[in-house]
Amino acid sequence: MLKATVLIALGLLTAGTALAEEGDIPLLHAETDIGNTDSLQRGARNFMNDCSGCHSLKYLRFNRMAADLKIPESELSKNLIFNSAKVFEEINTAMPADSADWFGKPPPDLSLMARERGTNYLYSYLHGFYADKTRPWGVNNLYLASTAMPHVLFYRQGLQKPVYKNEKDGNGNAKMVLAGVEPMIPGSMKPEEYDQYVRDIVNFLDYAAEPIKETRQTMGIFVMLFLLVFFVFAYLLKKEYWKDVH
Amino acid sequence: MAAAPESAGTGKGFIGWIDQRFPLTKLWKDHVAEYYAPKNFNFWYFFGALSLLVLVNQLVTGIFLTMSYKPSQAEAFASIEYIMRDVEWGWLIRYMHTTGASAFFIVVYLHMFRALLYGSHRKPRELVWIFGCLIFLLLMAEAFLGYVLPWGNMSYWGAQVIVSLFSSLPVIGSTLVEWIRGDYNIADPTLNRFFALHVAALPLALVFLVIAHIMALHEVGSNNPDGIDIKKHKGPDGHPLDGIPFHPYYTVKDLLGTAGFLLIFAAVIFFAPNFFGLFLESPNFEPANPLQTPPDITPVWYFTPFYAMLRAIPSAFGTQVWGVMVMGAAVFVLFFVPWLDRSPVRSIRYKGPIYKVMLALFSISFICLAVCGMKPPSGIYPILARICTAIYFAFFLLMPWYTRMDSVKPEPERVTGHA
Repeated sequence: MLKATVLIALGLLTAGTALAEEGDIPLLHAETDIGNTDSLQRGARNFMNDCSGCHSLKYLRFNRMAADLKIPESELSKNLIFNSAKVFEEINTAMPADSADWFGKPPPDLSLMARERGTNYLYSYLHGFYADKTRPWGVNNLYLASTAMPHVLFYRQGLQKPVYKNEKDGNGNAKMVLAGVEPMIPGSMKPEEYDQYVRDIVNFLDYAAEPIKETRQTMGIFVMLFLLVFFVFAYLLKKEYWKDVH
Repeated sequence: MAAAPESAGTGKGFIGWIDQRFPLTKLWKDHVAEYYAPKNFNFWYFFGALSLLVLVNQLVTGIFLTMSYKPSQAEAFASIEYIMRDVEWGWLIRYMHTTGASAFFIVVYLHMFRALLYGSHRKPRELVWIFGCLIFLLLMAEAFLGYVLPWGNMSYWGAQVIVSLFSSLPVIGSTLVEWIRGDYNIADPTLNRFFALHVAALPLALVFLVIAHIMALHEVGSNNPDGIDIKKHKGPDGHPLDGIPFHPYYTVKDLLGTAGFLLIFAAVIFFAPNFFGLFLESPNFEPANPLQTPPDITPVWYFTPFYAMLRAIPSAFGTQVWGVMVMGAAVFVLFFVPWLDRSPVRSIRYKGPIYKVMLALFSISFICLAVCGMKPPSGIYPILARICTAIYFAFFLLMPWYTRMDSVKPEPERVTGHA
């Protein structure tokens, strides 16, 4: 156990360094909108179909999600709950507890991933898989080098190949640097369809990271309006009292 | 009316009954209704009352957070998400608390800057200032302890870095660190004791110090932007001619300040509670992971000036204790300001150009240090941090000389204008 942990830690450290070296590839723009309920509903569907087998949303309850996304509960149990969970339970995975090292590390819970890494990162990451025979799953990722995750959406996106460019390193020697990716094998979706598919997932994950976000912003407008009125009255009150200070 | 105070026990009715047993009316008059404050307070004088407002905000929201938070290594992180998602209005209470922590430092820094502008620390207000410095010191401890409680990855590694600072102390270092942590690592006992200190010990001490701060202030009276003594000119009623009762004049004025403050405070809470990763840092949305550090370990923004000083000092003679000492000295030196300032006048309005330049340099270097503390220590930042650390200390340590050398303008007899 200890050995495994140390190995994982070392793996993570190397991943970190590789990331730092390749961090100059700019992120794509997710352009998500948590006000778009249709997109969120599609995102929930996509997540349950393609992600929930391995990734949990352990801080989000099924019925909270249904209520916020305006999904009827009948629909919820029929089409979105694939395990034995009750509607009021959290979204957990079906992966058995001893499967943690199937991928070298347990697939992370995604409840807060949008707040930890940002929506642009998630959107880019799901666009960043490319063929790499040296990796256990045959793929690597442009935005998270040596990622432990297989390209689950392969059959939708297809497979990309890496594009390299020549650069000089610190000693003036030419070296190949990863510059981007280009399509190699087409998938079942056109690129625009895939963009939207991923955008919906990321939008849903943004919602899942802070379910109150939209309510918070709407409420904020009313709070600000109230405070503006309060400010005006406070100003008039102060002015009235201070008339007699000379 | 020649001050014939209604002595205790002569009042009628319910209040009279209380007054015979407790100085209710007397306290109200001494500290509010008949506390005469200079009439020329300006914008800078909002931040004392606002500090009090934020303190109350932290106490009240903190009490409600305590009801759902679990101070254990296994449950802390999940209990925060429980508050954010399942507790009624929990998200609002928590955002008020997290935004309040940053707001506390903003108003306190501005409040302290006000004192440097108008010489509010000078005789006879040295104790007001010293109590204030103690409050600042405790506030830093309180904020650090509170930051650890959510048990995110930045909480964990921040605690790791700050607590290990004590290990640089010679001889007792490692034993002391073990004693602070209550374990060989930052772990469950550490979280438990940090929780106890954060919710009971330090708030209690803070409230007592704030009371002492206000009592000391009301004993000697408030300073003002002209830095002159308003008690020199009293009217026939025995009250300062340039003074006005705190209530209603400053209660309504502070109400206006409160409204302005709340507009900004609410905007952050409702529209940008992370405040671009400054108030809530992204690595803290990942639970504490002792095996993986965040990409950069940086403290929250309000500690970064001091953190930059810590990093600016290189290790020498095989120990890093010098940086820790400099960081400690940066706070410790504040206590001596009332005696370092030798200018014959209090307010910057009548001080000469040297003080104005020094204060400007000090302010710029403090902000630069804050930026340096947020950036990784490479490029120009280490050298910039060293220069700014030098300016920070020069401002204080050279003060006895440059304030005496400086030219001054004559102070007016009476306060000039009012806002």
